[in-house]
Amino acid sequence: MELYRLTAHELHEKLLKKELSSVELTKALYKRIDEVEGDIQAYVTIDKENALAQAKKVDKMIAAGDKIDILTGIPGAIKDNISTKGLRTTCSSKILSNFIPVYDAHVIRKLRGVDTIFLGKTNMDEFAMGSTTETSYFKVTRNPWNLDMVPGGSSGGSAAAIAVGEAIWSLGSDTGGSIRQPAAFNGCAGIKPTYGRVSRYGCVAFASSLDQIGPITKDVTDAAAVLNVICGKDENDSTSLNEPVPDFFKALVPDVKGFKIGLPKEYFGEGLDAGVKDTIMSAVKKYEELGAKIVELSLPHTEYAVTTYYIIAPAEASANLARYDGVRYGYRNFEAASAPEMTTLSRTDGFGPEVRRRIMLGTYVLSSGYYDAYYKKAMQVRTLIRRDFKEAFEKCDVLLTPTSPVVAYPIDWKMSPLTIYLLDVTTIPVNMAGLPGMSIPCGFSVGMPVGMQIIGRVLDEETVLRVAYTFEQATDYHTKYAGGEK
Amino acid sequence: MKVSAEDVRYIAQLSRLTVPDSEMEKFTQQFNEILNYADILQKIDMEGIEATPYVLHISNSFREDVAKPGVSCEEALKNAPAVHGDGFKVPRVIK
Repeated sequence: MELYRLTAHELHEKLLKKELSSVELTKALYKRIDEVEGDIQAYVTIDKENALAQAKKVDKMIAAGDKIDILTGIPGAIKDNISTKGLRTTCSSKILSNFIPVYDAHVIRKLRGVDTIFLGKTNMDEFAMGSTTETSYFKVTRNPWNLDMVPGGSSGGSAAAIAVGEAIWSLGSDTGGSIRQPAAFNGCAGIKPTYGRVSRYGCVAFASSLDQIGPITKDVTDAAAVLNVICGKDENDSTSLNEPVPDFFKALVPDVKGFKIGLPKEYFGEGLDAGVKDTIMSAVKKYEELGAKIVELSLPHTEYAVTTYYIIAPAEASANLARYDGVRYGYRNFEAASAPEMTTLSRTDGFGPEVRRRIMLGTYVLSSGYYDAYYKKAMQVRTLIRRDFKEAFEKCDVLLTPTSPVVAYPIDWKMSPLTIYLLDVTTIPVNMAGLPGMSIPCGFSVGMPVGMQIIGRVLDEETVLRVAYTFEQATDYHTKYAGGEK
Repeated sequence: MKVSAEDVRYIAQLSRLTVPDSEMEKFTQQFNEILNYADILQKIDMEGIEATPYVLHISNSFREDVAKPGVSCEEALKNAPAVHGDGFKVPRVIK
């Protein structure tokens, strides 16, 4: 089998046994990128020179008998909103199109610490605002399962790269579903950890109370491998949690006998595609066969989650994106006659339409006279959404839902912004409550992958991983390969 | 209609953005569509419900007050669109 189709843990074994060098592996990945990137458009920036130098270093380490991590020498890809010192980080925006960070994000520092390889930076919706990767200033990424379809978003480049073998592992970020939904659309595994599990230092801020970094990988074991490196307290992010980080590999036990899996009825109602529903229900049946107990329950405030999100996230974004003023970094319009005009023109030229819409929506809901009607109310609903989950977890160990009510849809499918927002209904509540949520592939509908979402209690990634791993080991959906029959 | 084109122009100004006249009608319509949908929140009785601005119950994450190296002037200016000496250069502010 081609190297680019293997997982990180399989390739790690080959490196250990010296059947393969990191340089050979890295070159194989760039060869794959050369073959398919013209169609897929997963990357914004490629960093071949540094990646190959790093691979050479790793090969010396292995030859010297140094102890290596699973990710050591294994080529991965980084979403382009995560700061990489010296390597362009654009957020897929014109306003940051020439921005070269002067420091590494905390997660990048941790990953450099295990001598992994960064192939390049992946395409995304501009500032992570979108669910299709179509709002990127640079390019539209295509879904490797069907090039006419969107890869989902906002981490669409990171997920497409994994699905087609343009990277072995990748990082995304998830504010309202941006790791889980593209993972589902591309048949990958993707986990959004508990809010605070992973430092946000160096992840370009969108909505600070919701943003979280996490992996998109080929299987659950690789997701655990990335989590093992990136989780933990960081003093540069005061919201990162000072909680012990378990060895997530120990959670990979293929057994759910006696586990209670909750099915919230609001996630299976109107708006759920029939093919997706059938696929999810087959997965539920599989869990029953594996000895889990299925519990039907209700999360009554689910219908308010999308609205709540589209008030809170733009409100936070309008404040966070105020920093793009054309003065210190980023795009500047040089035609302005005054400093204030320079800021207005730079922002108007530099941001795309969806980012401008969200900044303005956020400005409106925070403005005097509307704050109580929108923002305050949304924060109260957030309390109710959290309460729903708390009560649900008194009756079950994890919740199981579709990751998205639909499979990947066509590129440039003229939907209104509101229609696209409403499709986030299955992922948004998890961010609102700060819970860990994972998507893994569980079948196909009309030839496109279907993802199921497993939601856990705060800081209980271990149970989420275990439930996901058990299904994965009992099925073969994670081995299905986009474009494999080409 | 919750907001008019005039309101949108005002919100744009507060956001340090402009909406071109050619896009104004569509933009205002999409803006209203989103705000109208948000009316479903008015259905819920929020009496006595506290707000959740943040999901974590941590506050005041302190560290020792020890000076550490920061970003140098040279590095801080690396991404600047225009530089004058050791500073960022902008159009004249005071006439």
